[in-house]
Amino acid sequence: MADLDTFRSETRAWLEANCPAEMREPVRDESDIYWGGRRATFKNDAQKAWLEACVAKGYTVPAWPKAYGGAGLSPAEAKVLREEMGRIGARPPLSSFGIWMLGPALLHFGTEGQKQRFLNEIARGEIRWCQGYSEPGSGSDLVSLQTFGEDKGDHWVVNGQKVWTSYADHADWIFCLVRTDKADKYQGITFMLFDMASEGVATKPILLISGNSPFCETFFDNVAVPKSYGEDCPAYVGQINRGWDVAKYLLGHEREMISGADGGDRTAGIGAAMKRHSAKLGDELDPVLRAELAMFDVDALAYTAMGEKFLDEIKVGKAHPAQPNMMKYAGTELNKRRHELMMAVGGSRSLEWDSEETEGGKPSRSWLRTKANSIEGGTSEVMLNVIAKRILDLPGA
Amino acid sequence: MPLYHNDDQAMLADTARGFIAEEGNIAKQLRHWRDRNCKDGFGHGLWKQMAEMGFTGMLVEEADGGLGMGHVEAGIVLEEIGRNLTPSPFLTSAVLAATALKHGSEDMKGRYLPGLIAGDSVFAVAIDETAKHRPSRITTRAEKSGNGFKLSGAKSFVIHGGSADMIVVAARTSGSDEDADGITLFAVPKDASGMSHDVVRLVDSSMATHTKFDAVELDGDAVIGEIDGGRAVLDAMLLAGRVGAAAEGVGVARGAMDMTVDYLKQRKQFGKLIGEFQALQHRASHLYSEVEIARAATIKAQQLLDGGSAHADLMASVAKAKVAKTARLAVQEGVQMHGGIGMTDEYDIGLYMKRDRALAEFLGDAYFHANRVATLSGY
Repeated sequence: MADLDTFRSETRAWLEANCPAEMREPVRDESDIYWGGRRATFKNDAQKAWLEACVAKGYTVPAWPKAYGGAGLSPAEAKVLREEMGRIGARPPLSSFGIWMLGPALLHFGTEGQKQRFLNEIARGEIRWCQGYSEPGSGSDLVSLQTFGEDKGDHWVVNGQKVWTSYADHADWIFCLVRTDKADKYQGITFMLFDMASEGVATKPILLISGNSPFCETFFDNVAVPKSYGEDCPAYVGQINRGWDVAKYLLGHEREMISGADGGDRTAGIGAAMKRHSAKLGDELDPVLRAELAMFDVDALAYTAMGEKFLDEIKVGKAHPAQPNMMKYAGTELNKRRHELMMAVGGSRSLEWDSEETEGGKPSRSWLRTKANSIEGGTSEVMLNVIAKRILDLPGA
Repeated sequence: MPLYHNDDQAMLADTARGFIAEEGNIAKQLRHWRDRNCKDGFGHGLWKQMAEMGFTGMLVEEADGGLGMGHVEAGIVLEEIGRNLTPSPFLTSAVLAATALKHGSEDMKGRYLPGLIAGDSVFAVAIDETAKHRPSRITTRAEKSGNGFKLSGAKSFVIHGGSADMIVVAARTSGSDEDADGITLFAVPKDASGMSHDVVRLVDSSMATHTKFDAVELDGDAVIGEIDGGRAVLDAMLLAGRVGAAAEGVGVARGAMDMTVDYLKQRKQFGKLIGEFQALQHRASHLYSEVEIARAATIKAQQLLDGGSAHADLMASVAKAKVAKTARLAVQEGVQMHGGIGMTDEYDIGLYMKRDRALAEFLGDAYFHANRVATLSGY
């Protein structure tokens, strides 16, 4: 405990000295988020200074080992750092699918050579990764994916199409599920890593109902993917044809992340803020709307406790292995309800699509964005199937 | 503190689960006493056994002869009581009255706590005056009279009122009906003259009373805590009781859910186990999710209460409301998925529906507590 207290005061002092004032302002739009990568530019000097300070300290990926660019913090220390960053409103220095998705997969399945190379690149924000999972014909039934890598000895030739590839148009590299054995559905997929600048890769952004295009279609036309990037650094994670194991591991991780189990704004009650918002618009809450907000807050605050319990249990291996599915289901359904209520409180003001008052239609665009929560990373219906099968042990599920 | 049971608590949970499933099960207790038209609605033998297990004095300080445990521990016992629909005076005596008695004089503790710890005494609490829980309004009055008081008024929904050796009564000693101040809590012994009970059997076969106080004469030493300063004691008692009722409700929900999921694995229709139908699987999975969340909220409330946190009150209402909604879902899905036999008295699932109804009403239903969450949050 005393050690943690010391760590806390040191961390507080370090943040005080190294986190620029501009980096303590709330994130206002996409340009305030630094994603890294070969083509990245800094919005201002503060963003650059904050990234460099964190890279030097290992704080872009604080819980990763020092050898791979992290700070080697224990879970308790990482929590203290999160709390201290939260206390001053510090922005994350670097956001990326490398940190959230590929990193955990490499830490679990990667070779030493892969970890040395790819984790350090991610930690320094040098390479921006995207995830190639879904295909036009393979959504909920992901394992039916058809993108095929033909074995050419020292390399594969990959052909096919991915969809819902987040920020593929900005990404440098892709971690991609590719079929390498057409005869075996589950044990015929390889988790490949390759450069998006390779000849034959093309991306096309998809315009969504929110008016934004965070996702792309990604096309592979005879893309040559070498099997190795050097000694102890294969171009695939885990074993050839056993990429589904890696994918499943990552899906669990992704569901946990989307569930909002780690707390933050998404799981807090909203009633009090909605009352203030309503007053600002010159209105007052309809009694029935107030009642719905109260019922929502009951569910949201209860879910916050669930998130805390879930994370506590994960730390000591007490959580049911399928519990992330439950968290994802409950958390995303709750988030959709939250935005429905926020739209109701905002009334006609929240309908505005690009006005200055709404910061470019933030309420409506956010509301529409949440509808994807219960689809991406496994639909609510798939989550319920998994709970039925793996937790409740229901027959034939 | 992590939001799961520590080793000692996990051991207690094992013990409580085994003991209550064995001695407090539906056939041995609820149906047994119900079918004999028992005037108490519970068995004194089991209450005595609970004392031997150390349950009755869990929340009593060690200095007063108890175990000095917290609400996490009491909640462990209550969850098993809920799961087995065990009729018992645990919640009213060992949680509610015991919490009020913490504020009593040494003399009063000496008068009542040994009987509670030994499982010889049963206590009740008289708070509600109308058909809904509304502790902000207290019209039962206690007028100063010599060295003591004269208590007049009427209380409803006094669970175990007819069986109680002592009833904790919230009365007004000054101010007007809606005032926060001016409340005094009294420990009214069962033989107090002028107190009369209209005993009613409730839908879940528990026994309650409408209790009248007709100038009931009380000595000054019947006062729990400070004269006119009883609101704080009442609030503490309600907080403990609500968190306890939530824990019992979690048990009711889990019991109903487990029974229903088991049934989905046994019942065949159209040549299939009905648990193979996705329409039922999804509903069962949704229920599981809700029950897990309700249980987490309840454990959080228990821990905050034990830690003396200022947030305990808000979380208690979150838990009580969430559990009320969730247990309601569990019993409704339970009866529906059991189909026709869910409507028969022979099957236990209907008993869960009845118990949920009574338990959710006790100390404030989902609407009361959701409203309270809004008020405490500032809207």
